Amino acid sequence: MKLTHSAAFLAAFSMVSGMAAAETTLSVLIDNNPETVTLMETLAAAYTAAHPDVTFDIEQRNGGSEGDNLVKTRLATGEMADVFNYNSGSLFQALNPATTLTDLSDLAAQANVVDSFKPTVTAPDGTVRGIPFGSAMGGGIYYSRKIYAELGLSVPKTFDEFMANNAKVKEAGKVPVATTFGDTWTSQLFVLADFYNVQAENPNFAADYTANKAKYATTPGADRGFKYLEDVFKAGYMNADFGVAKFDDGLRMIATGEAAHYPMLTFGIGTIKQNFPENLNDVGFFAQPGPTADKNGLTVWMPSALYIPAASENADVAKDFLSFVASVEGCNTMIGATGATGPYLIKGCELPADVPPAVADMLPYFQGEGMTAPALEFLSPIKGPALEQITVEVGSGIRPAAEAAALYDQDVEKQAKQLGLPNW
Amino acid sequence: MAQKRASPYPYWFVLPSAVVFITLFLVPTLVSFWFSLTRWDLFTAEYIGLDNYRQFFKEPFLVQGLINTLIYAVTTSGAKTVLGLLLAVLLTSGIWMQSFLRSVVFFPVLVSTIGVGITFTVLMHPTKGSINIALSYLGIDGPTWLADPALALYSVAFIDVWKGVGLATLIYIAGLAAISPDYYEAARIDGATRLQQFWRVTVPLVRPATVTVITLSLIGGLRSFDVIWATTRGGPGFASDVLASVIYKQYQAGFYGLSTAGNVILFLLIAVIVIPMTAWFQKRELDL
Amino acid sequence: MTRRQRLIGLVSLIVATVVFIVPFVFILFMAVKSKSEAALFTFTWPTEWFFVENLIEVVKARNYMLLLAYFNSTVITVGAVALLIVFGAMVGYILQRRPSGWNKVIYACVLMGLMVPPAVVPTIWVLQGLNLFKTLTGMVLIHVAYGLAFSVLLYRSFIGTIPRELDEAARIDGAKPLQIFFKVILPLLKPVTVTLIVVQSIAIFNDFTNALYYLPGKENVTVQLTLFNFQSQFRSQFNLLFMNILLVTIPPLLVFIFFNRQIVAGMTSGAVKG
Repeated sequence: MKLTHSAAFLAAFSMVSGMAAAETTLSVLIDNNPETVTLMETLAAAYTAAHPDVTFDIEQRNGGSEGDNLVKTRLATGEMADVFNYNSGSLFQALNPATTLTDLSDLAAQANVVDSFKPTVTAPDGTVRGIPFGSAMGGGIYYSRKIYAELGLSVPKTFDEFMANNAKVKEAGKVPVATTFGDTWTSQLFVLADFYNVQAENPNFAADYTANKAKYATTPGADRGFKYLEDVFKAGYMNADFGVAKFDDGLRMIATGEAAHYPMLTFGIGTIKQNFPENLNDVGFFAQPGPTADKNGLTVWMPSALYIPAASENADVAKDFLSFVASVEGCNTMIGATGATGPYLIKGCELPADVPPAVADMLPYFQGEGMTAPALEFLSPIKGPALEQITVEVGSGIRPAAEAAALYDQDVEKQAKQLGLPNW
Repeated sequence: MAQKRASPYPYWFVLPSAVVFITLFLVPTLVSFWFSLTRWDLFTAEYIGLDNYRQFFKEPFLVQGLINTLIYAVTTSGAKTVLGLLLAVLLTSGIWMQSFLRSVVFFPVLVSTIGVGITFTVLMHPTKGSINIALSYLGIDGPTWLADPALALYSVAFIDVWKGVGLATLIYIAGLAAISPDYYEAARIDGATRLQQFWRVTVPLVRPATVTVITLSLIGGLRSFDVIWATTRGGPGFASDVLASVIYKQYQAGFYGLSTAGNVILFLLIAVIVIPMTAWFQKRELDL
Repeated sequence: MTRRQRLIGLVSLIVATVVFIVPFVFILFMAVKSKSEAALFTFTWPTEWFFVENLIEVVKARNYMLLLAYFNSTVITVGAVALLIVFGAMVGYILQRRPSGWNKVIYACVLMGLMVPPAVVPTIWVLQGLNLFKTLTGMVLIHVAYGLAFSVLLYRSFIGTIPRELDEAARIDGAKPLQIFFKVILPLLKPVTVTLIVVQSIAIFNDFTNALYYLPGKENVTVQLTLFNFQSQFRSQFNLLFMNILLVTIPPLLVFIFFNRQIVAGMTSGAVKG
């Protein structure tokens, strides 16, 4: 007795919803960042407008390690959607892309993609497996221009200045640093966005770290991100509900001036524009300050990418959809959906003249010489899966910074062994 | 051999159950001992000796998870036993609205764990949650419940008890119904107070129900996963991780051998606790 | 009823209302509020009722996924409970009526089934070998395998109270073993069967862990998986999330209301005597 449940159900069901047989439904799995959702919905609508026989079923998943695990499990069990978005760089490498993803090297639209993006979605066998989705991002700190103006603060160039600003904000009765551990992935920002400063001090860190020669716990300055998080917690600079607040809460706090700072990637700007359009101009952005003012630069993230799983049944339609996303038209559709949020990696896709202040604050770093560094996950294939739990521990006062750095080194070791890297 | 009359109770009646149980329960349990010694991706398994167990005990959060599992199991099963008995006594004493109250206590058992988890995550919100708002009217500054590292595990345990106490109460009500009123009559004639009646008559005579409640809730507590996963997912950090959630995380991350090793550890832990306990209960049964 | 009993009843009623009923009222209020009002998390009377709107939106989400989930969950629950009744009663019947050396083996299996945590990944491996992974049939059989121990235990002790003379009489009338079992014994087991239906159908309908492990894939969603997944979909729409909770609570509630009176009776005659 084999139950062919879906056949029976879908037969009855398709009559109700009146599906035509010739149509293709592309299933899409994306993260639930509101900006991602808007981008994908707009792109899907534009594509369906041009190809009425193709419809979309968009599913949302959580971000962070929970999302990572979901993507891995779905790929391993052959249950991935026809198209999905996921990080480029080391998280992409952990997907075992050469066997789980469709080769997109021959996609004509790859000619439109800026060359610097391609290595971050290239499998170990040299084939390109993804196309960029969204804009490049900076990892740093959003600040409330309103609060800064009221209190006469200026953008900090060192971490000490940052903490001094926080003290004044607290005195004024506002939340100095919006913290949102309810979405655990947001807890990693102080550590990840400090990489520009780590590299400024240890230029070979990424290579040595991959080769099992440099550690977070033992390299001078590498564990500073953990300490910053600890300092902010100990000074009581977080919002009262920091343990359960979500990413959306963080964006609300920074947009409406409840909080003065929010450490985050710039991909939240589109959401602010959508949910708090009247507050868009109140939000500014600066790179995470380090120990000295003379070395101040931005840690940069490549956009996430769209991939097609090797097992997709609609690979041809999916490829055509991805070609559209990687075209200038697709890029302009994205800008139309969320506004410009950063540099897009599609040739010929220009940013509009008026961009929100937070984006304008970020662009000079890209123009200056040596003022940006890629995040570590684009220089090394290893990222430990438990970082976000560990940073939550540090930021909640459970584990001291130094111990946390050592613990993260162990987590990294487990992942490196799993990837079968040499020297581990 | 003499022609034996076919029994009206043929052994093949057991067969359907045996097939399902052996294939989907016994076989996986037995092969898990082998797979826990391998690095395994579901297709190929490479023998690596006891490495998985070493790895498992090396993870600092694992020791924490082990302790958390014990705390969680003892707290929830203790609370369910005590509260279940008290509620059952109350709900069989002929009070006003008795049968309605019985239904009310059983009500949370009906709701899915995920639903309960979401509801309490909202109710326990540190600033906007109804629980802390209610406390603030009493002048109490409520804790952050599920986000407080020292409290998270107990907050989850509270939710678990809230959801599960109805079943314990039901088992106790059935147990109390089996006690003959003559015993109470005799105790009253001897001049026993209500409290004495409770300790001398109710508690000893409701023992079979107590054994059932303790055993079921303790095993359930040791294996508990869904309440934790629906509320804290083991957080903040690793503060409310238990064995079952660690096992699930390893499974999700694709470390199948490691996950299976965790399963074997959980199995051993339950065996070490529950088998002696059951034996002890049975011995006491004979002593009485 | 004495005054004292009335008073205790009243106090209990108030406490029980706060502890056990308030959360449900909260679910109901949240489910009918507007998106922005629900986001406040406050325990207040909804200023406006959006019952129908929220209901429609939840049902329509992800191409009517909730309907598919209801269908799947119903198939799994009905299938598994039916098999648990028949299989469990058969084993309990043989255990009680025909004691032999095998009884010890069966009891050992029952004890294992109650105690041992299922070995998840090896089970997936077995299911894959049988082509049952990611199927409803596989899920039904998993629930049967995990629930059998409880079911056998419940039936075994109750069958002891049914006089053997009934089987004998039926046999003399020429009934075959299967006929005796289905026509004579099984109907007499009704009190236990009711308990089993209530306990197991609620457990299986509300099951989350096993569905999470063994049924990946959106075609095979169950209502609990939908609820779990909609947490990310409806992350800023708590009204819809709570409407979803409300909807998935209704079937177990119906089962409970329908069988309420018979549950305790079944319990008394079954497990606890054990």
